[in-house]
Amino acid sequence: MIRPITLPLAVLAVAGLIAMVMSVGIGSVAIAPADVLLVFLGEGSNLHRTLIFELRLPRTLSAFATGGLLAVAGALMQVLLRNPLADPYVLGLSGGAAVGALLAMLAGLGGAVISGSAFAGAMLATLMVFGLAHGTGSWTPSRLLLTGVVVAAGWGAVITLMLAISPARELPGMLYWLMGDVSYARAPWPGLGVLVLVCALVVPLGRSLNVLARGPMQAAALGISVRPLEWLIYILASLLTATAVTMAGSIGFVGLVVPHMLRLVLGNDQRLILPACALAGGTLLVLADTLARVVIAPEQLPVGVITALLGVPTFLYLLYRSR
Amino acid sequence: MSGNKRPPMQALSTRELVIDIPGRADGYPLDLTIKSGQVWGVLGPNGAGKTTLLHTLAGLRAPRAGALFLNDVPTTKLKRRALSQQLGLVFQDRQDGFPATVLETALIGRHPWLAPWQMEGADDLAMAERSLEALDVLHLKNRLVSTLSGGERQRVAIATLMTQSPHTWLLDEPTNHLDLHHQVAVMKLLTDRAAAGNAIFMCLHDLNLAARWCDHILLMYPNGETCWGPAERMLVPDALERLYNQQLATVEVDGAPFFVPKRV
Repeated sequence: MIRPITLPLAVLAVAGLIAMVMSVGIGSVAIAPADVLLVFLGEGSNLHRTLIFELRLPRTLSAFATGGLLAVAGALMQVLLRNPLADPYVLGLSGGAAVGALLAMLAGLGGAVISGSAFAGAMLATLMVFGLAHGTGSWTPSRLLLTGVVVAAGWGAVITLMLAISPARELPGMLYWLMGDVSYARAPWPGLGVLVLVCALVVPLGRSLNVLARGPMQAAALGISVRPLEWLIYILASLLTATAVTMAGSIGFVGLVVPHMLRLVLGNDQRLILPACALAGGTLLVLADTLARVVIAPEQLPVGVITALLGVPTFLYLLYRSR
Repeated sequence: MSGNKRPPMQALSTRELVIDIPGRADGYPLDLTIKSGQVWGVLGPNGAGKTTLLHTLAGLRAPRAGALFLNDVPTTKLKRRALSQQLGLVFQDRQDGFPATVLETALIGRHPWLAPWQMEGADDLAMAERSLEALDVLHLKNRLVSTLSGGERQRVAIATLMTQSPHTWLLDEPTNHLDLHHQVAVMKLLTDRAAAGNAIFMCLHDLNLAARWCDHILLMYPNGETCWGPAERMLVPDALERLYNQQLATVEVDGAPFFVPKRV
């Protein structure tokens, strides 16, 4: 909390812009970065304009929004549960969303309904854990964590059951959704809006979160109303995750790995870490999605596979070298 | 930092306060007044409720009965942030959340004084460094707290309270883990703060530190019984032997009583 904040954020913002320019330039028809800039200046060929504005840019922005949402949600969950292994899905939210989405697919319903159903499932899962962890006894992060983990296991069983009884022709779509995929995300603005809104809300809370990370008693002794702050973080993190899951399915590891990598480099000041997570998470997912489109082009991989393949070794490495 | 100016006389007082210890019968209410310039020592055997009392005084735990007043205003009427500008607490045990340096840890003490969007400024940094200096840990300022020894951590915790700069200092066994020199240095620092107008209220296990440095004593018996008053009236062998259920021998050193447990 005594380090400069603007420089790292500026560096991450520039990296994000470069990644996005690259991402909209790469594809079946390659567009040079200079031509991408021309298109944004209102010039360039019609083909390029259509490719960029109608096909690639919405997908790139969706990937950015999803990555940013997940990374910020992960960072918040880690502070809330004071557990470095927490990720946005640790409390079973993605399971609820997946059950909602798969139900819609089983019913043969299309795009918007699947998204709505996923969002409803995510909210249901959040409320369930919220209510159960509240219980009759005292509320503690470990109780919330245990409740979430057990509820997540329950959702996992329901998902497996649904996959087992689904007709074979539905399976590829379901599996793609479960692995996380931004290729159907066409409306980035709600996600970007939620991301900007929540960041604007939590960055002023950053110093309170720094204090909360020292434990609830210390935080209370320093003037923080611990319980309301904890519930606010939980609700915001759930909203972020639900929005991300609705856009792109459950993409793993962004929410776990990005906050950790940033903490190793930038320290633990949440006022810096939270906006940095939004930028770095977004950038990472844009790059992963670009890879997902080109590795076996013209076929596409679900981006969740790429983030997991990048995330697993990175995370193991971080764990291995951590003190 | 205009926020640090405070009226010269202040008092934290309790009215009919009964702390909430599970399984203990009601009774023995406390009517304490902790004033500017006083150094209070709380003595009692394990489980007598010393820590619970400190947490209750700090507003972290609701009392079973009675009320707390800060300058005659019920503390329940104060916002938590306003309360933490007046009252600070050094905990007996601390948890490490995410890694943090010594300087970052001390700076946390500025939290109650800063607006939500405000960053710590040069003043805050200077205060934190002065506190670390006073506790003889400034040379560790860039070390991670998790790499310090128990005594060094204890001093960082006291420096954090000093950076918070509340009027009333509550400390739960501040000399825990400290070597002899630092025990004396910390007690000297606390009595200096009291002389400068702060109020000090601490739990202690060392009778002789209490006898040498405290001007007021609260005795807490395991059954919840309490008695309190000026140190010279409280620190009498009979009362202490009953308090700890331990025979004591008394000698006089530098004009103060010195208590040694008798061999059993």
